[in-house]
Amino acid sequence: MIDFINSIVVLLNFVIIPGLSYGSQLALGALGVTFVYAVLRFANFAHGELMSFGAMITILFTWFFQSQNIGLGILPTALIALPFGILATIVLGLLSDKFVFKYYRKQKSVPVVLAMVSIGVMFVVNAIIRIVLGTETIKFSDGQKFIVKAKQFKSITGLNEGLALKSSQVITILITILLLTFTFWFLQKTKTGKSMRAFSDNEDLALLSGINPDRVVFITWLIVGTLACVAGTLYGLDKSYKPIIYLNLVLPVFASAIVGGIGSPFGAVVGGYVIAFSEIMVTYAYKKFFKYLLPESLEPSSLVQLLSTDYKFAVSFTILVIVLLIRPSGIFRGKVL
Amino acid sequence: MRFDKYEWTAISIMVSLFILVGFIQGWSVSLVILNMCIISAIMTMGVNISWGYAGVINFGVMGFLAMGGLAAVLVSYPPIKEAWQVGGSGLGISFILLIVLVIAVFFITKLVEKKSHKYWLNSLVILFGLIIIRYFFLNATAKIEEVDPALAGFLGGANLPIIFSWVVGGFFAGGVAFVIGKVALGLRSDYLAIVTLGISEIVVSVLKHEEWLSRGVKNVIGLKRPVPYEINLQNAEWFINMVTWFNSSKLNNIIDPDTKQEVLNNLIIDGSGIFVKLNYALLFFIVMIVIYYFANKAQISPWGRMMRAIRDNEVSANAMGKDIVKQHLIIFVIGAAIVGVAGAMLVTLDGLFTPSGYRPLRFTFIIWIMVIVGGSGNNLGAIFGGFVIWFAWIEVAPLTTFLIEIFTSGMDPQNAIRLHLLDSVPYFRYLLMGMVLLLILRYRPKGIIPEKVRHS
Repeated sequence: MIDFINSIVVLLNFVIIPGLSYGSQLALGALGVTFVYAVLRFANFAHGELMSFGAMITILFTWFFQSQNIGLGILPTALIALPFGILATIVLGLLSDKFVFKYYRKQKSVPVVLAMVSIGVMFVVNAIIRIVLGTETIKFSDGQKFIVKAKQFKSITGLNEGLALKSSQVITILITILLLTFTFWFLQKTKTGKSMRAFSDNEDLALLSGINPDRVVFITWLIVGTLACVAGTLYGLDKSYKPIIYLNLVLPVFASAIVGGIGSPFGAVVGGYVIAFSEIMVTYAYKKFFKYLLPESLEPSSLVQLLSTDYKFAVSFTILVIVLLIRPSGIFRGKVL
Repeated sequence: MRFDKYEWTAISIMVSLFILVGFIQGWSVSLVILNMCIISAIMTMGVNISWGYAGVINFGVMGFLAMGGLAAVLVSYPPIKEAWQVGGSGLGISFILLIVLVIAVFFITKLVEKKSHKYWLNSLVILFGLIIIRYFFLNATAKIEEVDPALAGFLGGANLPIIFSWVVGGFFAGGVAFVIGKVALGLRSDYLAIVTLGISEIVVSVLKHEEWLSRGVKNVIGLKRPVPYEINLQNAEWFINMVTWFNSSKLNNIIDPDTKQEVLNNLIIDGSGIFVKLNYALLFFIVMIVIYYFANKAQISPWGRMMRAIRDNEVSANAMGKDIVKQHLIIFVIGAAIVGVAGAMLVTLDGLFTPSGYRPLRFTFIIWIMVIVGGSGNNLGAIFGGFVIWFAWIEVAPLTTFLIEIFTSGMDPQNAIRLHLLDSVPYFRYLLMGMVLLLILRYRPKGIIPEKVRHS
């Protein structure tokens, strides 16, 4: 029995908790991509940089608060700085829309052109971030790092295996639950949310029924900016902030959105967790897990690892390709909000 | 290939820019930029063929370049016999097993009628097949990677002249493109963009981590050259004579024989570098002209007109009996193969293969900016885009330094903002690239040299 609990703890520590927090970050990012896709109708390659930008502003404000000795005690200071980051990200989104995307929307350009345009925006934002922060790795999490340390867990429960719970992981999961609840409540229950859904479902019909398109676009950027900034900051808190990483994060984020069914918010969330868990589960070495479960004679000699961790990144794409081949519209048949 | 006035202006501006750099920063710098410009132009033509002719989006440029680079290693590096001895048989067995697996899957797909049975049977066969292959494969590769890991640790290549790799690189990239195209070409264009981007990342991560094949992150250095080495030139009689003859007026003015010898030596050292770069430039230029010639021929041929019809109206082209799926696949493969050629040339120029150097920003998105800026659908436009953007990419750094110096000249030289700005000079090129792309897409969406629509 104790072996069984030990094996579960191993799995929790190395697969489930990291998977949940990484999945939450991907889900928030994918939700942003899906919103842009459903309402503005293009694949926004600049979304990763939007996340990075939000995290950057949050970092700058965190530094400011730290220098003023304002903090939250055991919680990271970044939480107070987060609203400022969100505000700045929303402003950036609205500016990029006003000066760049709006023109092509009015022209009714094809989605590919808009995707190209978003690459231009990506370059510009990327340059701004690099000019401001450079390319070094930045750690900005402070406060208490662990809620439960592996050693404490061992001494409390008397198990062989420790369970480490980082505060950043708990914060990530809590904030994600909060944001997702709010977003879905907004979409389903409020009048504005309903008008957004109508707009994404059938633009002409929505216009005929008197929905103001500019307002819908404005609200979309509010939501997208918030989601992007929170996702970027949480990722930076959990791992560490490095400007280049967000460019690589764009691809798993897109994969999550497409796997879940692009345009479907629920699909984006599910897709985020699917991608995160498969990345971690395929590359995790299960040796320790089986050591507890199996009798000694059957113990595996190798690492019991499907793929080496080097291919973590490739996993999300293989899943993307498979899903696109078997079920091109994604798990939840996306297209509309 | 008749150019109109506008095109002549573009060409002459580009040429004079290179001459200007030659006079200001030295001919060596100018030639380095020129070589990369030509390679960029070839990449751009590759992308332009699939995007400009047929509207097939290809964001996998980075992956195809890396395949070309791999070809350069596999063609030119001397084979490592020891590695073949310890691991060759294991690799051979796993390769044969892989073929058997593919045939088995093929037959199951053909013979089993019921769809759900087919899926399960296939998955089962593939799973077991892969477990068996993995056993042989991992054993063999582990042995190979143990052979002299500091210097070798991989299979090596075929020990042929590296210039062959330019063709082989095209085939490698084309082969990968064929597989990708088979899988992904039915998708909508924005999905296709994301999928190709993702697959190119997979290709690069395979090259990074399969050390038995490409030495991975340990890099392959010291590849052979298709042109002479500087050190050999410096000792060659004919080269010294040539340098003396070129600079005879300058040398004759110096009377003191010691200073004369010193000046001559410096001239020879400078000259050998420039001579090598000129050789590269000549080789690359020939390749570029050949590809340009055939690309142009293809564009005005019936096949090219069919491609344009497919691009502009897929439905009616289909109604006229054109096989769109097949043609898309063909053009995707051709475009990728040209990019592969450029990839092999790139590695040839550098003389080393560094898989971790392949990053999407530099090797996919910049190439796309070149295509859009130059003019998609026009080969000269593509070449011009490659030249202009690469030129700007390099020359932005000295220019920004200069501008920052001017704007901050009023500040204290140790001012934090000034120092920070000077530190971040390399990042201004991204800003410029983004701005250029946005401006071109807004005000000149067809590019600097737009496509010529021939009515005949």
